[in-house]
Amino acid sequence: MGKVIVVTSGKGGVGKTTSSAALGAALAQNGDKVVVVDFDVGLRNLDLVMGAERRVVYDLVNVIQGEAKLAQALIRDKRLETLYLLPASQTRDKDNLTPEGVEKVITALRKAFDWVICDSPAGIERGATLAMRHADVAIVVTNPEVSSVRDSDRIIGLLDSKTLKAEQGERMEKHLLLTRFDPARAERGDMLKVEDVLEILSIPLLGIIPESMDVLRASNVGAPVTLADNKSAPAVAYFDAARRLKGETIPVTVPGDKRGFFGKIFGRKAA
Amino acid sequence: MTDVVSESKAIRLKGRSFLALVLTPELPFEDWLARLDDLAARSAGFFLRRPIVLDVQNLDVDRAQLRTMIDQLTARNVRIMGLENARASMLAPDLPPALTDGRAASDFEPPAQSASGETSQTSQPQPAYEREPSHNHFATAMPSLTVTEPVRSGQSLVFPDGDVTVVGSVASGAEIIAGGSIHIYGALRGRALAGTMGNASARIFCRKLEAELIAIDGFYKTAEDMESELRGQAVQIWLEGEAIVAETLS
Repeated sequence: MGKVIVVTSGKGGVGKTTSSAALGAALAQNGDKVVVVDFDVGLRNLDLVMGAERRVVYDLVNVIQGEAKLAQALIRDKRLETLYLLPASQTRDKDNLTPEGVEKVITALRKAFDWVICDSPAGIERGATLAMRHADVAIVVTNPEVSSVRDSDRIIGLLDSKTLKAEQGERMEKHLLLTRFDPARAERGDMLKVEDVLEILSIPLLGIIPESMDVLRASNVGAPVTLADNKSAPAVAYFDAARRLKGETIPVTVPGDKRGFFGKIFGRKAA
Repeated sequence: MTDVVSESKAIRLKGRSFLALVLTPELPFEDWLARLDDLAARSAGFFLRRPIVLDVQNLDVDRAQLRTMIDQLTARNVRIMGLENARASMLAPDLPPALTDGRAASDFEPPAQSASGETSQTSQPQPAYEREPSHNHFATAMPSLTVTEPVRSGQSLVFPDGDVTVVGSVASGAEIIAGGSIHIYGALRGRALAGTMGNASARIFCRKLEAELIAIDGFYKTAEDMESELRGQAVQIWLEGEAIVAETLS
């Protein structure tokens, strides 16, 4: 039985889709079987970021409505044979997602894959609540600025009340992924400090992804950043996050931090 | 250090609960009305000066029929102050307002059956709803609520019965509403409304004040009205007359 992860944030544009693709590709490079599911029905992007936009035939809504089999809708990545994508529909809207349909799809994927990564849409409505509903683990993607942090806090509240795990009285495992961290702006004090974000949200830190042109470049060529350039700073940060997700203990380094920089070099030598 | 947070006079937003008598009419209405008349005949003025609410949950009538019913009750000196469980289609500006979130209380004692049909008020037992004088209410042991997790943005914790203790922070966009005092062992970044059931001696304590709004017994202050020196400090807040007063805890 695989693990179901929801990548969520509340706020849009913080890096959910980028992170879903990058973590998916990072986990798949270890040989794990991974599927990334796009829940952003009506505004799909994951196919672009993963470079599969020209191969989409069927999508999540087709499967839920019984118009296609799950196997027909899954797209295998051309670079990594253990990485799959289940695209969202661009022409339908989120009302086409039914709780029963989503449950059926997730149950089937859980049996066939080691990791099911659900890329949540922004907001707290139907799409987002259904994406988190069946998750075992949540990754809360947050930028170091106040509106993103407050929206993430709201999402954490929903993760603790509206998910199947919460309704069964279990605790949802939650991780914070701090993205678009800009060392120069942090230096100037234009951004929230890492410790402030951690203090406000009080969930464990999965990783800090530096703001980088490499991320933009990667999505423009249609490759997860962990595939496009696996030596780039954001890719390394995502690889570390993926290893932490698998239970390894690796110290988190703050990008731009001198000690962190040395720590990263040593960390890589040891790896 | 004691600061009067602001001199300007705050607007009072008080909460108060009253005990109402709830009548549940049944169809056919004429029969039910006859039984009501019978009840009223045993005690003149039983319904007089009592707040009365009409529960219309299982009543299959439209707005016009409801209006007729209320008129007939008014003719009997039974004045309806509100409607419970009314469908939106039943409501109108000239009808009593809809009431929600009613909580069950002990039943009213109906007027005793007496052979002569006339009952003196004095012979009646004390109605069950008359509780002990309410000024003792807060002196007796109060229930309290302890929360050991952070209160997240968008969450609202309402505890009208007593004190609320949060071991953790209250996020921006979250709110705590307590009948008693509020204790926060963490940062208060959202709203805290203490003493909402009319308790002016309620206080708010927090380890780090970054609140959006604080209120005690209906008097409130927004972040903008608060002394900037208090921000980020461990603070206790209470009411002196009509002024919200705060002091750092050392």
